[in-house]
Amino acid sequence: MNILYQIFIDPLVQMGTAPDLLVQTLWEGLVAGVLYALIALGFVLIFKASGVFNFAQGIMVVFAALTLVGLYERGVPAFVALGLTIVVMLGLAFAIERLMLRPLVNQPDIILFMATFGLTYILIGLGEMIFGGDPKVMITDALYLPRGAIDVKMLGGFVSLQKIDIAAAIIASIMVAGLAVFFQKTRIGRALRAVADSHKAALSVGISLEQIWVVVWFAAGIVALATGIMWGARSNVSFALEIIALKALPVLILGGFTSIPGAIIGGVIIGIGEKLGEFYWGPLLGSGIESWLAYVIALIFLLFRPQGLFGERIIERI
Amino acid sequence: MRMRNLIFGASVACLVGAPVVASQALAEDTIFVPLLTYRTGPFSNSGIPIANGMHDYLDMLNERDGGIGGVKIAVEECETGYKNEKGVECYEALKSKKPVVVNPYSTGITLALIPKASVDHIPILSMAYGLSASAQGQDFPWIFNPPATYWDGLSMIIKYIADKEGGFDKLKGKTIGYVYFDGGYGLEPIPLLDQLAKDYGFEVKKYPVPPADMQNQSGLWLSVRRDRPAWMIMWGWGAMNPTAVQEAAKINYPMDHFIGVWWSGSEDDARPAAAGGKGYLSLNFNSVGANYPAIQDIQKYVVDKGKSQTQKDKVGENFYNRGVMNSVIMAEAIRNAQQLTGKKVVNAEDVRRGFESLKISGARWKELGLDGFAGPIAVSCTDHNGHHAAYVQQWDGTKWVKISDWITPMKDKVQPLLDAAAKDYVTKNQPWPKRTEACDKSS
Amino acid sequence: MLYREAGQYKTSYAADQAVFPILQDRIGLVAILLIAFVVIPISGSEFLLQAMMIPILVMGLAAIGLNLLIGYTGLISLGTGAFMGVGAYACYKLATLFPGVNILIWVIASGLAAAGVGVLFGLPSLRIKGFYLAVATLAAQFFLSWCFIRVPWLYNYNISASIEVPTRTFLGIPVTGPTATPVTRYLVVLTIVVVMTWLASNLVHGRIGRMWMAVRDMDIAAELIGIKLYRTKLLAFAVSSFYCGVAGAMLAFLWLGAAESESFNINQSFLVLFMVIIGGLGSLTGSFFGAIFIWGLPIVLRNAPGVFGLSITAATIEHITFMTVGALIIFFLIVEPAGLARLWQIAKQKLRVWPFPY
Repeated sequence: MNILYQIFIDPLVQMGTAPDLLVQTLWEGLVAGVLYALIALGFVLIFKASGVFNFAQGIMVVFAALTLVGLYERGVPAFVALGLTIVVMLGLAFAIERLMLRPLVNQPDIILFMATFGLTYILIGLGEMIFGGDPKVMITDALYLPRGAIDVKMLGGFVSLQKIDIAAAIIASIMVAGLAVFFQKTRIGRALRAVADSHKAALSVGISLEQIWVVVWFAAGIVALATGIMWGARSNVSFALEIIALKALPVLILGGFTSIPGAIIGGVIIGIGEKLGEFYWGPLLGSGIESWLAYVIALIFLLFRPQGLFGERIIERI
Repeated sequence: MRMRNLIFGASVACLVGAPVVASQALAEDTIFVPLLTYRTGPFSNSGIPIANGMHDYLDMLNERDGGIGGVKIAVEECETGYKNEKGVECYEALKSKKPVVVNPYSTGITLALIPKASVDHIPILSMAYGLSASAQGQDFPWIFNPPATYWDGLSMIIKYIADKEGGFDKLKGKTIGYVYFDGGYGLEPIPLLDQLAKDYGFEVKKYPVPPADMQNQSGLWLSVRRDRPAWMIMWGWGAMNPTAVQEAAKINYPMDHFIGVWWSGSEDDARPAAAGGKGYLSLNFNSVGANYPAIQDIQKYVVDKGKSQTQKDKVGENFYNRGVMNSVIMAEAIRNAQQLTGKKVVNAEDVRRGFESLKISGARWKELGLDGFAGPIAVSCTDHNGHHAAYVQQWDGTKWVKISDWITPMKDKVQPLLDAAAKDYVTKNQPWPKRTEACDKSS
Repeated sequence: MLYREAGQYKTSYAADQAVFPILQDRIGLVAILLIAFVVIPISGSEFLLQAMMIPILVMGLAAIGLNLLIGYTGLISLGTGAFMGVGAYACYKLATLFPGVNILIWVIASGLAAAGVGVLFGLPSLRIKGFYLAVATLAAQFFLSWCFIRVPWLYNYNISASIEVPTRTFLGIPVTGPTATPVTRYLVVLTIVVVMTWLASNLVHGRIGRMWMAVRDMDIAAELIGIKLYRTKLLAFAVSSFYCGVAGAMLAFLWLGAAESESFNINQSFLVLFMVIIGGLGSLTGSFFGAIFIWGLPIVLRNAPGVFGLSITAATIEHITFMTVGALIIFFLIVEPAGLARLWQIAKQKLRVWPFPY
């Protein structure tokens, strides 16, 4: 009985007695979710256009942020460094397309998946060699990103909103909106969607696959840079960030591999779910359940919808 | 199947060949000191300055004095990435080159090496990390962990807290939070923490940080905000430290009530939190800063000559100095071994004896050009640790400032636990080799 | 010239269906076993045994386990590390609860515990496929990793939350613990791996293996010809986890001598996955090729500068190692996506007709 009480009643009582903490938890979950969603977005972009499950997205986040901070530390002005980082990501997209994707065209998914593992290793080695393995402080001020927090008094307590988190949420929305416009309204965007539907059909109407791949990898690179700046400002830029990128995986399966809104909504569900779980139910199990809760939430969703919430229905024929 | 043979052959050739060639490169009369370091991976922020400090001090001895007692030290780093498998591989690779002492620099690797070292007869120096129980020289003749164990560290922190609260009786009813790395390193202090909580009547809240979530602690600190512990103690490492300090600042936790163990006190841990990190406390047993003749010598002989991987402005930072201290202990043990045996080129067994009768007094620190750099260290056959004092330092926004006197550990609380833990280790690992090594009188 | 099958007549179906139908192959196999069982223990240095051969054999066995799942049944799993962990912790519990029973029995028995857990976490495979399943197995990985720390019963309430391997003997010779010599441990590992590889070979060449492959090639079609999907898939998970579990128990008991939760983390899973894919999906020999390549390459690379007398810092070597391993993974995938095993096959094919390829 006691156990049941602790599982079902006690958390609700806590939520009721300290509503400000509940709001704060939801907010933290939302922010974490948005950041997971940003990583997942990079995955989705690439998966949609090239069918590649890009494991290297996490390390691309680290690499982009590291390049930005590394250039700044070498005396490049912040916004020039930002521009240069974007150029580097473009160069990376070209190199990946030319050296990795093109020779591997038409290979099974798992082979492409493995190739991105190889890419991960190369980027880890390269990043540490050029910029060193020591963590770096994100150049928040130089980029005119806000610092500090706004404490909102409410519900008999206060909710602390970090300005950088608000900025992250805004930037994420802008990016999603921008990507949506890009996909719907531009020529390349339409070509991207065509490629996502069918490689062969797209090729036959004269769409250049090579060009599309460069574009999506570049877009994923930009998303990675934005993610890196945000995570970097929250903690700092180090190779440990790469592990967090794994959290994007449950977001992906929850939202579906091919859906951009799915990535966002999935991210928010996972973010809020894991923070609520850790905060209210974690102590029962000795805490630290955050490390696996996201996967279990995703798994439960999957059992009911094997293609994720917004994924394309899997139709199998003999 | 020939290709397989070929691969076997090639790899065998490489492996057998490599150590042979390398050991030829080592002249006959050098002392081999391998350093297991990690300059890559998620723990590199803590690993790099320590590796630099250890390496540079030994290099400086070679450059300035021509080694120890006229014998050059052959230093070799092996990259572990803080991974146990890699650490064991490094150990096996280095073993054939006859190291006189091994520094694992990871609690996990130390645990894996403790049984091996006792069989291979190679001393292990795990300076204030590793298995606390290995302080018991009777059971662990080959393992050394001066100047203090984790348990000593925890008892010092509690002592400091009691002091600030105005006595141990004031601890009653208080809540103390413990945020820790969710692995062997962070779990080890828990038995003592629970014991002290019972003895002094305070409540303990535990907040584990899983290795995969080191940079994702916002949920955890929300729980801290709910539970409102009067004090927070941290047992963190790697990327976990700066994140925790930042998150603590975010929830407006009073930073002068947040105290980390000596492994959570590098400049890079506090700096990213900017103004928010001001006031953060940590335990320390070495001094910070480069104003010591020996460290100036490192600058002069090693760093300025471009023989080091250290950036100039990082010399004298806390973890750099920690690395220097680690090397001082090794160098002193080697020197002591030379005196004991009268040999110039000492071997692992000699250095073990050197460690067992190691004494670095205040005067000796001064002779070394490190006056007041650290407290006196004494190791004996029964006590491989010494349970020495440490002090509390505070981050003033740009640097660490010493704010307390030297605090001695509560030996009466720690010793019974050490005895029990060592006994437990030995019974669980039966048949554990009995100590056969003779004991030297300390010099 | 030497490797030619001309004149080797097969007079029975059994001979025709043999795993090694060519005489030279059988000789080669015997030669390799001879080298492995006799030459290496006699001549190999301690480092070769401890840091190369034992890890390669242990990881090779784990790779076989994963290969049975991915390569033969087409189910992607990223939980290998955790299943190895289940084996290790089960073996530790059994060995400390029943110290009288021979340790080798427990090493094998621990595979059964892993198999049970594997079946449990294999259940979602009945509904989920492909990468979705891969991510679902991550739930197993992270949940079990957490259990290895949060359930102190598993490591006998050790204060460091690690398992320390006690000394156990077999026929009076210590096989585990610090006093066991590398040669003894190597021979034990080798024996277990050889026997289990032989069993796996029989399994995949028999009815069960063919069922798995039918499921891999198209599960709906397999169902139509009367293969019970849930049984087949769960059996694959069970057998695969069994192999991984034994590999994990050997990792803790016969290789490292101590283990903690971090030894069985996600990176371990990825490492085994690399081995499987680089070695070749659906090939047992390939699993060993993959293990040799992925485990051996960094060691060779690390020692290479020393051989040439170059002095490069340990960190730089590590960076170069990372990049080289990454580049080689991509290179191999481009050159031969079917893995090293396929390269080996091509080489054999060429050799058959050499030097007159017409």
